[in-house]
This record gives sequence, structure tokens and C-alpha cells, in this order.
Amino acid sequence: MWDYCGHSLDTARLRGAIYADVRVMHLRQRDLTTKNGRVGTLSQSESLGLGIRVVANGAWGFASTDQLTRHGVAACAVQAVAIAKASALAKKENVQLAPEGVYVDSWQSPCRKDPFEIPLDTQVNLLLAADAALRKTKGVTLSETDMQFRKIDTWFASSSGSKIHQRRTISGCGIVATSFKGDAIQKRSYPNSFGGQHILGGYELIEAMDFLGHAPRVAEEAVALHSAPPCPQTVCTVILGGSQLGLQIHESIGHPIELDRVLGQEANFAGTSFLTLDKLHNLRYASPIVNVVADARIEHGPGLGSFAYDDEGVPAQRIDVIKDGEFHGYLSSRETAHLIGLPRSGGTVRTEGWNRLPMIRMTNVSILPGTWTFENLIADTDDAIFMDTNRSWSIDDRRYQFQFSTEIAWEIKGGKKTRMLKNPSYSGITTEFWNSCDAVCNADHWVLWGTPNCGKGQPMQIMGTGHGASPARFRNVKIGTAFSDQ
Amino acid sequence: MTRRKSQPAIPATLRSEHELHRIAQTVLRLARARGIRETEVHLDEHIAALTRFANNTIHQHVAEQGLTVSIRTVVDSRTARVTTNRIDEDALRAALENSLSLAAQQPRDPHLLPLPEKQKYRAVHHFHPATAALSPEDRACAVKQACQLAGRQGQLAAGIFSSGRSQSMLVNSRGLSAAHRQTHATFSITMQQGAASSWAKGNAGDVRQFDPLALAKTASEKATRAQHPIELEPGRYTIILEPAAVLDLVGFLFYDFAATSVADKRSCFSGRLGTPLFGKNISISDDVYHPGQLGAPFDEEGMPRWRVHLVDRGVVKHLVYSRLSAKKARTSPTGHGLALPNEFGEAPMNLVVGGGNTSVEEMIAGTDRGLLVTRFWYIREVDPYEKIMTGMTRDGLFLVEKGKIVQSARNFRFNQSILEMLRNVESLGPARRATGEEGFEMVVPPMKVGHFHFSEVTKF
Repeated sequence: MWDYCGHSLDTARLRGAIYADVRVMHLRQRDLTTKNGRVGTLSQSESLGLGIRVVANGAWGFASTDQLTRHGVAACAVQAVAIAKASALAKKENVQLAPEGVYVDSWQSPCRKDPFEIPLDTQVNLLLAADAALRKTKGVTLSETDMQFRKIDTWFASSSGSKIHQRRTISGCGIVATSFKGDAIQKRSYPNSFGGQHILGGYELIEAMDFLGHAPRVAEEAVALHSAPPCPQTVCTVILGGSQLGLQIHESIGHPIELDRVLGQEANFAGTSFLTLDKLHNLRYASPIVNVVADARIEHGPGLGSFAYDDEGVPAQRIDVIKDGEFHGYLSSRETAHLIGLPRSGGTVRTEGWNRLPMIRMTNVSILPGTWTFENLIADTDDAIFMDTNRSWSIDDRRYQFQFSTEIAWEIKGGKKTRMLKNPSYSGITTEFWNSCDAVCNADHWVLWGTPNCGKGQPMQIMGTGHGASPARFRNVKIGTAFSDQ
Repeated sequence: MTRRKSQPAIPATLRSEHELHRIAQTVLRLARARGIRETEVHLDEHIAALTRFANNTIHQHVAEQGLTVSIRTVVDSRTARVTTNRIDEDALRAALENSLSLAAQQPRDPHLLPLPEKQKYRAVHHFHPATAALSPEDRACAVKQACQLAGRQGQLAAGIFSSGRSQSMLVNSRGLSAAHRQTHATFSITMQQGAASSWAKGNAGDVRQFDPLALAKTASEKATRAQHPIELEPGRYTIILEPAAVLDLVGFLFYDFAATSVADKRSCFSGRLGTPLFGKNISISDDVYHPGQLGAPFDEEGMPRWRVHLVDRGVVKHLVYSRLSAKKARTSPTGHGLALPNEFGEAPMNLVVGGGNTSVEEMIAGTDRGLLVTRFWYIREVDPYEKIMTGMTRDGLFLVEKGKIVQSARNFRFNQSILEMLRNVESLGPARRATGEEGFEMVVPPMKVGHFHFSEVTKF
């Protein structure tokens, strides 16, 4: 692979590129699902190719190919340079890159049990057993389970001399019970909705999930929701479960801090951000107990945003995003770092695959653990709604106004979790919401959740991001709006 | 638009049909040698490029090409799919063996059908040389013109100009052989003026069917008009939806029309087939042969696509079927099956919503008080059975009073049942191919809708 990298870089230089970096990537994926006792999807795929990014005539060009021959990669490099020169027809300024070191390294993500080495029938039989366990509860009309595994090898080389190989193994899994009754569909998922939990790791994730142990509760809750009273429409205290808080962080902190979005580069599709440059170090984003970091280092945990180097060859870093409630930092790249006075990139540039241009993406954007145990938090709360497991999510294109609904909720009355509520939802304005946070649970309740389906860019790129979160309490939150006036 | 010559460095043409067929036949030969009686081979090739701009300059400019070979074997009532982009014989053999191995490690599926036999397909013509010939310079020049327009107006332009061509081939060991190729082009532009913005987009198989500069002018004029929005109270409004807004919202119904979705009781049409559900002015079909549509005349099982009249004057009359769901329902497959094995069955991908004769201008002129919606954003399902969707307006929301646009308005969040909305359609414009940012392209009309529910307002 290094030969292909070297030959494409040499070709780009000869054609006039002043900088180039290249990624050869080999992506392997296995997808398994079951539905109502039958295998649904059973597929495996691999994709191998090369993508090269160049600066020529002061502008960017990118081209990719699956033709891994000397001729194929050279032609690809030639095309990238030609595209850069075409881009220069409409440039305003020359591309400027923050300095970065030269690294020669190899790294593998932690993976105790390679999921591709686990016999498929072991995986299928576990899913079918969980599927059957879900259907044991009367009233479940649809049972679904899934597993997904990915192994991504990246060979990165730059014209500056870096040569980095990384292997990331990703595993994900989940189960869902759906119940249709009368005029309503209710659903419960475990350990999270929309595919479950996803981590940088191996089959050990699946073994730790205990699907068979959780399936009866998941199924019973799905059916019980039909009989539960609806979430009221009011303003009250809300406690969010950890996975829901993870998505709240993703949408209302993770996206607004992407510097390319702030600079208008995503204005046509993903949108912009309310976090204009004047707000850096000049905005009370959240209450003083809220601390949020963007941490790509493996020390943060095996998150979907963990790596050793980003796809510009910049080492993984931890960035303070919100410190004691104050807005502290953006996600940046080598191209954008100088615009906020940084001496180097924050190391957050990532690509979905060999045929996509690397761009600023979330790494692991996490709230740091607070001090509360969950039990003490409930006991300390007189009147609130505890909402858990996301059902829908939506936020405006500048990341101000959001609305989330969750699969389930419970009333908290007099320090105790009481009756179940159906159709819960809450909404708000990002900074008002985060400033109303008055309690975050401690490290015992903190989980690094994986969001495998973050879409951004044109052409669209799907990226996995990590979000460490524990349950947290928010005051004066508007709830029930999603079902109001229907 | 002036076309400029360039020297493409990567082959600018798709492989010949003969070459794709040779790859497919290699797989079938390897399978026969292995004693496999049922094998399906699906090949997909694309060549695509995209010029992306923001702040009145090109900031991303990319090109890609790729071919994937997807192999499905069927042995002893078991099946599995393996996909690779390596096409040498050793790699194809490895993929075939992998498919066999995966298939063997699962229980028998008594419902699994044998592969279909040879089918006949109606011809479609979706390949346009003018689109295939578009060069990086062509796209860059069009973008430059749009950016210059923005500069003259004191605005910032952001968007894409993409073009590409693709082909697919489906061959199986029972003699089925289907092939399709098409081109596509998209120009999407957002014009920002201070805190205001607006948007326009074109998409077609033939790039000559839209004018990037005209789209840029439309977005620019609307961005100027979007200045200084006023904040309105949330509530129920009469709204006029431009086609992109209709597309992105109504498009969320697509999987509800799948027979498997209804059988699984997750469709909003479960228990509602044959009953009046929408207004009598609503008719919806799935029709790949409509002149405003793109796509292959066959599905991913190789069955010919039918035109299916899904909704007739407000009543859901028909669904789409794969071979399996059709067999269960004792009817015929409609050519909407997804690649097997899968749990979803089928889906309509070429929705056509019937239109009317009222132009957007006439809708505005006939509105005493309402809102004109350019597009929606971040639409998500809140309730699957009532089909309550939430989302935001974006890039141009305008207050209409006494038949005229009088002011721009701050963006609203909506929480609205699509079923209810399609009961409240007051007038329809001519249907045309529309493109948004949330779903796939459809043929839809603009709509005037009563009692649309906006629940909250944002800060811009």
C-alpha cells in the first residue's frame, strides 16, 4: 500500500501540487439482522481504494480510485491536480495549512475478540434467541435485532513525509420490541435506539450486553406504554438518561462547534452555527457545573471518535469545549486553525472512506462526569419527568432550537420514580437549556455512547462519533410540545 | 453555460455492457464450478464529481469512480450476500466462497424463494451525453458566475454543482439479465445576506434541464426579500409549500407504502387500506417511467418495475410488493424489491404526486393570511402511526397577507401529521420533478395547505 501512496504523491508533485496527502483504505463490514424470528440482513462487504487530496495553484483538489495499480493511482493524482487547478478559477485566497509534525507510526484500536473471527452461527443464534425472547411477551408485534462490525485499515502518507497505518475495529448491536395496538405504535430499544450501542472494540461488546437478560423488560415496556398516560404539556424539571444526553450533546454542542460550519462552509446543506467567532471565550454556554471536551485519545475510552491520528495526520488531542460553563474551543483542521489563532489543528479531520474528502467531524464530544449518584439525584428531585432512549431528534440549521422525543418516561414525585408516561418530548433553545443544568451524575453512570450515523458533507459522509454522558437534571424545560394540538 | 475542454485523467466513460457482463459471467462460471446452482450477481459502477463552494469561492472539489460486485448465493434454502470492489478472479472467487460460508451458517429459511427467471423490461432513456461530458472547468465556471452574482448583491453563495453517470447490471444463474445506465446532475445554492438566507436547487438526468445561474438569481432575490424577519406567534397557519417543501415532507411516507411495512404493522396505513385517508384531491403513484423520474426499470431482485397507483383520490388503494411479500399476499410482485437478504422487503422510489392548475403566484394571490415555505429542514418522525413529523422551516419563510408577500418571518418548528396535512390541501399546482435536501427526488406539485401546525419559533 505504501508504494501506491508514494507513487500517487510523486505524481501529484510532478504535476504541480505544493502539498498532497493520500489515504489507501480497506474497509470491511458485516451486517446481521433478524426480524420476527427470521434472519433479515446477512451480508458482508469490503471496499479498497485510494483517495488523494492536493493543493495546486493555491486551491484544493481531490480524486479517488479503486484501480490500485501504478497507472491507476497516478491517473488519480493527475486528476486531483487538474481539479485543483479548476478550483483555482474561483478561488479568493490561497489555501493555508497550519504546521504539523511528521509522523511514522502504526496503531491498532483495542479489540479483545475480533468479530470477524467469531463464527457467524454464534452471532446469528444469539440474535435469534434474543428475537425469540422479545416475542415471548404478548402484545409485541415486531421483534428486531442487529449486529454490525467494521474493520477499517488506513494507510496515510503526506508529501511532508508522514506515514501512518491505523486499524480501527468497530462493533455495534441492539434489540427492539415494537407493539402496535389500536391506533398507536410503541417501541422500546436496548441498549439504545437506532442500532443500539456502538464502540471501538470487538465482540466483547456483544457479550457484555446480555440481550437475553434485558429482552423481557424491553418487550414488557413496549407493551405497557399503550396503557401509560401521555406526557403532559408543561414546563418542568427534566432528568435525561445518559444515551439521550449523549444525543443532546451531539446536536446542540458537537455540531455548533465545527469550525467549518461556523465559517459558512456547510451553509448549503448541514447549516451554519450560532457560535460565531466572537463567542469564543465570550459566551456562557452552560451552567458552571457543565464541562465538555472533544477527546479523540483512546484514554477517553473506546469511542467511535477515538483514533491515534486524524485523516490529516494530526495526533489525537483533547480539546476543552465548555469549561465551567464557558465556551472554550472549536473543532478545527489544519486549514482553519489559524482563523481562531491556534498554532496547530485540533486534529478532528476525518473521512468516511477512501472516496471521500476528509473534513472536520466530531471526535468524542463528552460531558465530564459530575458528582451525583443516580439514586441521590432521583431522591433529591421533588417533581420531574425522567426521559430515556431517543425516539426523534431535530434542531434548526444554526443549532439554536431543538426538539427531542424519547421512547419512554417516568414521573418523579417526592424523590421517587413513579408511573410510566408515553410519548414524552422536550424542546428548548440550546444555551438556555444547557444553562439550566443543575446536576450531572458521576463516573459510575457515565457511558461513552456511540452515534454511528452522523451525516455531513456533500457528497454525504456518514461518520461515527462518541458521546460520553451520564444522567443529568435540567430545570424549567418545556415538555410535551411534539404532541400538542394534534 | 459555456462548455470548456479539459483532459480527464481517469477514464471518463463507464465500462461497456459487454465488460460488465463478462465480470458477471466469471462469477457464474466460478459458481457452477463450485456446484452452486443459484447465484445472483449485481454490478454497480459510477463516475461522479462534485464542485462545492462557500463564501463565494470553491472550497471542495472532488471526483470518484468505483465498481462493486455483489454476489448472492442460494443453497439449501439459505442465502447471504457478499460485496467487493475487487474484480480480479481470485477476489471474485473469495467473495463467492464467503457468501457460501455465510449462507451455510444460518438456519434454513422455508420462505426463501428460488431466483427469478428471465424477465422483459420496458426501455427507459436516462443517459444524457451532455451531462456525461461535463468537466471540472464547466462546473467551476458555472459556480464562478453564481459567486460573482452573489458578490454583486453583497451576498455569500454556498452550494454544490455535481454531475455523474452510473450503471447497474443484475444477472443470475437462471438466465435473468438486466442492465441500466443513467446520468445525473445537481446544482444547489444558498444565498446568505447578513442573517437572512434563501435557497434553490435543480436536479435532472440532463444537465440542460436546469440553469445554474437562474437558480442563483432565484435564491439571491429571495435572500434579499428574507431580510429583517419578524417573529410570529406559533399556531395553525395556512401555508403555501413550494415543491421542495412538499417533497421533503410527503417523501417520508414512502416506506409506509411497502407491503412488508404494512404486514409488520409499522406502516401508518396498517388497518387503513381502502378507507378515505386524504383529501379527494390527493393521488399518488410510483412510476419510474414518468418523464420527471430517473431510475432503472427493474428492482434489485430483477423484476420489472410497474407503475403502481398507490393513492386514488384520497384512498390508499395499492401497495408495492417484492416477490416474497407478493406471494404472501397472493398477488404479483410490482418490481420494488430491495436487494436480498433484507428485512424491509420493498419500497417505492419514484413517487409521483398528482398536481393541479393553481400556480404558486395564484395561491399567494388567493391567501388572506398565510406563510410561504421555501423548504423544510431536519424532519424526523415523532409518531409513526399518526405520521406526526417535526422539523424546521429554512432559507425563506414569508408572511402572506391580502394576497401579497409582505414580510419575511422567523423560522418555525412544526409538529404536523402528514395524514392530516393531506386532508387539508386546498389547492395544487402543476407537478414537476423536485429536489430537496432531506429525501430523494420526486415529482410533486406546490400545495396550499390549511391549518398547518407550527409549535415553536427559533431566533432567526
